[in-house]
Amino acid sequence: METSVATELRLGLPGRDRSEAKIISVSNKRSSSEMDDSCDPQQESVVPAQKAQVVGWPPVRSYRKNILQKKAESSSDGSAMFVKVSMDGAPYLRKIDLKFYTNYLDLLKALQSMFKCTIGVYSEREGYDGSEFAPTYEDKDGDWMLVGDVPWEMFVTSCKRMRIMKGSEARGLGCL
Amino acid sequence: MDQDHKKLKESSFPCEVLEKVLSFIDSHKDRSSASLVCKDWYDAERWTRSNLFIGNCYSVSPEIVARRFPKIKSVRLKGKPRFSDFNLLPQNWGANVHAWLVMFAKVYPSLEELRLKRMTVSDESLDLLARSFPGFKALSLSSCDGFTDEGLKAIATHCSFRLLGLVQMIIYQNLTELDIADSVTEDIGGGWLSCFPESFTSLEILNCASLQCEVSFDALERLVSRCKALRVLQVNESINLEQLQRLLVQVPHLTRLGTGSFMQELTVRQYKDLQTAFSNCKNLQALSGLWDATSVYLPFVYGACASLTFLNLSEANLRSGELAKLLPHCTSLRRLWVIDTVGDKGLEAVGSSCPLLEELRVFPLDPYDLDNQQGVTEAGFLAVSRGCPNLKYVLYFCRKMTNDAVVTIVQNCPDFTHFRLCIMNPGEPDHLTNEPMDEAFGAVTKTCTKLRRLSVSGLLTDKAFEYIGKFAKNLETLSVAFAGSSDRGMQCVLEGCPKLRKLEIRDCLFGNAALLSGLDKYETMRSLWMSACNLTIKGCKLLAKEMPRLNVEVIQDEWSDETHANKVYVYRSVAGPRRDTPPFVLTL
Repeated sequence: METSVATELRLGLPGRDRSEAKIISVSNKRSSSEMDDSCDPQQESVVPAQKAQVVGWPPVRSYRKNILQKKAESSSDGSAMFVKVSMDGAPYLRKIDLKFYTNYLDLLKALQSMFKCTIGVYSEREGYDGSEFAPTYEDKDGDWMLVGDVPWEMFVTSCKRMRIMKGSEARGLGCL
Repeated sequence: MDQDHKKLKESSFPCEVLEKVLSFIDSHKDRSSASLVCKDWYDAERWTRSNLFIGNCYSVSPEIVARRFPKIKSVRLKGKPRFSDFNLLPQNWGANVHAWLVMFAKVYPSLEELRLKRMTVSDESLDLLARSFPGFKALSLSSCDGFTDEGLKAIATHCSFRLLGLVQMIIYQNLTELDIADSVTEDIGGGWLSCFPESFTSLEILNCASLQCEVSFDALERLVSRCKALRVLQVNESINLEQLQRLLVQVPHLTRLGTGSFMQELTVRQYKDLQTAFSNCKNLQALSGLWDATSVYLPFVYGACASLTFLNLSEANLRSGELAKLLPHCTSLRRLWVIDTVGDKGLEAVGSSCPLLEELRVFPLDPYDLDNQQGVTEAGFLAVSRGCPNLKYVLYFCRKMTNDAVVTIVQNCPDFTHFRLCIMNPGEPDHLTNEPMDEAFGAVTKTCTKLRRLSVSGLLTDKAFEYIGKFAKNLETLSVAFAGSSDRGMQCVLEGCPKLRKLEIRDCLFGNAALLSGLDKYETMRSLWMSACNLTIKGCKLLAKEMPRLNVEVIQDEWSDETHANKVYVYRSVAGPRRDTPPFVLTL
């Protein structure tokens, strides 16, 4: 029984050339923590060849994937969410579309660039303590809250407008 | 023939007694063994079998089943190979249940239960089902596709009540279970819930957690309020907390609850009502759903946690702190599913709060982000193993692992029956020593003598497979990806694991020699799957020629050509080659 078989021993990924692996576009990333620095959601479907995804790997059930993608997509389902943003000391207000952002980090980066100020890093215990400015928002109940305390999706649905307060005034504003 | 028959009759048990005895045997494996003893036993067994289990719908045909078993009341039928869950099987591959239903309708009119896994079920089939079995009670569709609202409406409308016009006797044949777990399609709306008539009160199990759409809350509320025997209720994400509270007060005796979305701004009153509702659920054994649950609302679940044996947090992206606060309330916990957002720290809490834990599954939040360094590592797994010595089942997705950690883990937990480790970057070595992960799986197979299911990952050479072949004597299911250094690896497994039933391999360099080394083995197994390996059509043809009782199928896709067989599915069958192959499936 003759079998003509070539068994190649290769270094690296067996099976076939890695660069041939099917590339499927990455869904909008959800950061596992709203304040995660390392996640860049703008980097969507451009995936370099070396980091090409392989079909069906990791072996996570497709309905689970669907749920993640749906959550990512629901933030871009058409209707915008404009809120007014004021900053202490600034002569006029700005308006931003909350639906344009997918996490707090991007929102704060945008605010800092828009108002040319530094907002600093959020911490659950200290809020924005130590920073020159602290971002706050008015929620549906009319209360002024510190930006970052609640999950992003909850913030987007409950924020009516924002105010960037001077750091000294923002002390004492915070959730439990 | 008559004299022989007489002789046999005189010396053997009366068949009525034999049948009575055999009717006590439930396990289909035991029944299969009994049927092989002699002709009498074969006959007695086939007349008394009422539960039918078919692990591969193509291993036998409806006609053969109908001929052999005259009195079936419940059927469990499985279709597609497991890798179809990960999109490795093209659409319309097969496993359509319709031909089976047509046969069941003809031969088993008193069918009561049907449980399907990975089968294609059309609306037409559901309609046929609804109309054909007056005594039908339970339908379970796990990971099935092909049906929409219309099919479910047919079930709801027709299964719920049948009038048998016997004089002065009205018999209600009522549906007790409708479970469409994991069968997700966008085409299923929520309208079918409204099709259960007002007189329908017998539902005991309702699971529609995976539905992607809005469910009519009114219809659901009315259904729940009149089905007093309801013990399992799993709703989908469209149901909010306020609605959940209204449902819970109707059925506080639930044993399994799947909540809807946990993100909703509540008034103090609503919060208190929910807390009370949960505290009144004294019989809860399983809890799931909890979409978007956070530290704000998780606490009102605490009141229901004492009796929980199964907690499914795989939709709630909890952090370590939230998990650490929740777990101490779950004093009876045996099974826990979480997302890796809990981190190693959260798993430490598992180790310290759940001494009775037998099953742990850790799913990745973002599996496709290859740069993501978050999630869990070997530290979390170690922490769990230290605190949970009864661990038997683990499914662990991580990006980093070490051989030493796994060696220690199995020393702490030698009773593993299911060990599924997925190191997500393909071919990833031990992150501390940079060596292959061979020793890890060597330890698993050597120490865990009861191991029945194993999924390997990381950088693996043939050594890992040598270990598996040498030590894993109870292994039934093996899943392999991006591993091995030569054909010898696969050969070791085929020659070494006597109880192997299912072997699924993807992206390995095993070639024809490896495939053909299992000639004698495949008829003792349910199936073999090999994709993105080094198989050729020629090699597969050879296998098919040598083993006529195997179906050797090659699935053509964009990676195949005239020589390369990219996806190969081999399985034993008494029904011969499939008669319903789509054009892209080649039967050799």
